[in-house]
Amino acid sequence: MQILYFAWVRERIGEARETVETEATTVTELIEELRARDPRYAAAFADLSALRVALDQDLSDFDAPLDGVREVAFFPPMTGG
Amino acid sequence: MDVRVQSEPFDFGAEAGRFAEGHHTMGAVVTFTGIVRDDDGTLDRMEIEHYPGMTERALEAHAREAQERFSLGDVLVIHRHGALRPGEMIMMVATAAPHRADAFEGAQYLMDYLKSRAPFWKKEYTADGAAWVAAKDEDEDALGRW
Repeated sequence: MQILYFAWVRERIGEARETVETEATTVTELIEELRARDPRYAAAFADLSALRVALDQDLSDFDAPLDGVREVAFFPPMTGG
Repeated sequence: MDVRVQSEPFDFGAEAGRFAEGHHTMGAVVTFTGIVRDDDGTLDRMEIEHYPGMTERALEAHAREAQERFSLGDVLVIHRHGALRPGEMIMMVATAAPHRADAFEGAQYLMDYLKSRAPFWKKEYTADGAAWVAAKDEDEDALGRW
């Protein structure tokens, strides 16, 4: 599974993208796995209300299933326009 | 419908002129342009990051929704990314409809969605350092009216 990070999430983790092997079945489970890895991830995922997630480039929810998902992206609320 | 995501500047006058031409059944064209603002004269530049792939998908989806909902004959969205200086144009939308109410509303709807549902993030660079622009509650609240 490809994981992408944008804006300050990318800066805190120090990577724009990575490939992970995971057994996580939901976004929340994936986040728990990442948090346990390293303090950088714990810092990036400290406050989920400040984060958004997209699954295969569609905005989604943290309790969404990861079945069949190839690309997960984490980022702060968007500030376009 | 024309959706473009690009780092290069765009020529607002030329784009608006081209968009407004040849719409024999569209009596109204509305345009909106967003400009990099420097409230207290300290901004060096703004850098806009985006999510290639999802950005285009999201803009096209919102443009299609606007087109259906407000009976728009045509929609144009241009949004830049990369480094922009104060006074530079960040983005524009243009809508064409038979009557002005739909053209205005369609442009408002598109802008409201583009602000908080298209994957762009702004970072401001000043003499004091760099900071990500925080999303505003009022931008999220603006979606409530649709």
